[in-house]
Amino acid sequence: MSTTDAAPDQDRDYGVDAPTAPAVLPRFETPIVPRATISGRALVAVVAIMTFLASLTTGAAVLVRSAANEWQADVAREVSIQIRPEAGRDIEADIARAAAIARGTPGVAEVRPYSKDETTRLLEPWLGSGMQLDQLPVPRLIVVRIASGAAPDLTQLRQALAQAIPDASLDDHRGFVARMQAMSNALVVAGIGVLVLVFVATVLSATFATHAAIAANRPVIEVLHLIGAKDKFIAGHFERHFLRLGLQGGLIGGGTGMALFALAGLASSWPFDPSRDDQLAALFGSISIGPRGYVAVLSEIALIALVTAATSRWTVTRTIETMHE
Amino acid sequence: MVRFEHVGLRYGLGPEVLRDLTFRIASGSFQFLTGPSGAGKTSLLRLLFLSLRPTRGLITLFGHDIATLSKDAMATLRRRMGIVFQDFRLLDHLTTFENVALPLRVLGHNEESYREEVVELLTWVGLGDRIRALPPVLSGGEKQRAAIARAVIARPQLLLADEPTGNVDPTLAQRLLRLFVELNKSGTAVVIATHDIALMDQFDARRLVLHQGRLYVYD
Repeated sequence: MSTTDAAPDQDRDYGVDAPTAPAVLPRFETPIVPRATISGRALVAVVAIMTFLASLTTGAAVLVRSAANEWQADVAREVSIQIRPEAGRDIEADIARAAAIARGTPGVAEVRPYSKDETTRLLEPWLGSGMQLDQLPVPRLIVVRIASGAAPDLTQLRQALAQAIPDASLDDHRGFVARMQAMSNALVVAGIGVLVLVFVATVLSATFATHAAIAANRPVIEVLHLIGAKDKFIAGHFERHFLRLGLQGGLIGGGTGMALFALAGLASSWPFDPSRDDQLAALFGSISIGPRGYVAVLSEIALIALVTAATSRWTVTRTIETMHE
Repeated sequence: MVRFEHVGLRYGLGPEVLRDLTFRIASGSFQFLTGPSGAGKTSLLRLLFLSLRPTRGLITLFGHDIATLSKDAMATLRRRMGIVFQDFRLLDHLTTFENVALPLRVLGHNEESYREEVVELLTWVGLGDRIRALPPVLSGGEKQRAAIARAVIARPQLLLADEPTGNVDPTLAQRLLRLFVELNKSGTAVVIATHDIALMDQFDARRLVLHQGRLYVYD
């Protein structure tokens, strides 16, 4: 503005202090939307905590699902042949015959008859040690492992066994697999249900915290509006600011969750305590949420940041509208 | 520049606070808007800077009927006006320089094109040594001058000031009045809302007097 030219010398005493121009010209360095506010920090904290909880829930759901799949696959890869002892028959010969029939079936990878000693050990937890199996009609087992990806004709195998050994029966664990499937499906559905609830709570928390943070910034919106800023300009500044806050909170919370799963995965594969390792492996395989789990958590971070940004745009627009009411 | 025809305003279902206002503000004119407290001065200013819509009547600003304006068009019209608020409305997280430069930033001007200009204006209003100060540490008079500098930096065609001398001593009030007079000489139409009779007596200008919601014009 050419105020200096317009004002005569005698009018240059508007200031109380002697007017002195600074040696170095200042810059517009501060963001229009204030950065380090209490409400902004509270929003980051809320988003971080909720994203952390959501990432834990996601990881748990992924673990349960992959463990359930592994259990099913393990069980489905095995069938067993049971041979009941019958008076007048040589059970060892029957076992050898049944094993030969199984080995001759296409798609069978391994056939392993359980010896008398192994069968005794299997029963030890229930019947105690030092037991003589000869005195009891204990059936003997042959474990048949199916080759990966193969689908042997179990009906034909069952018929062949029935013709050769009347006291043999084939158990393909179908009933057990069905119960296992029902249980694992229930676990997965429950996991997804909890995940949905946690995610809805996360979105709602982020939305309310954003509303509160915008309310604290109402004077900024009013001033920008009254000096002629268009709604897009104001909403754009707030949207970018809140996208940054949402990402910051999401990365802190989701990042911590991912780091915990990565550490748990490392710890479970670390062979310093084999007994504990076995217990965990029996339940979950390895405690790793895998690439899909990490992608799911990263998607949550991105989605929560977007929800925060979109909420801020909507709230700012609504705030400007209320200025005219 | 500004035309009011039978304008009325009421808040909600309450009584009319402004009744049947008809007046014009010409380009390059200077006027005081006065009247007792509660007469509706601030409401009239809010109608002028498009913060309120009238409940009846016609308002044209810079040749545009405001009833037909879109939001963006209203923002564009506001850019042609400078507003000095009674409570300053400086943004506490921005420095004095940034507060004054804000309208130019909103207009999308390149920073290099206005740095010197803003500093020159701040120096001219006596805030040359307060350029990097934040509003909470400024005195009332300094805030007032920063608010005025922000209102005039984009060279508005119409300057609206709500009690611009309400927070300062008589000496500073006189200085600020001289600033408005100088702005008016450079072509800006000025409307100063005040109930400070001593201030109005210092400069012979048109008076718009609000009384019980009606406007009386003394040219």
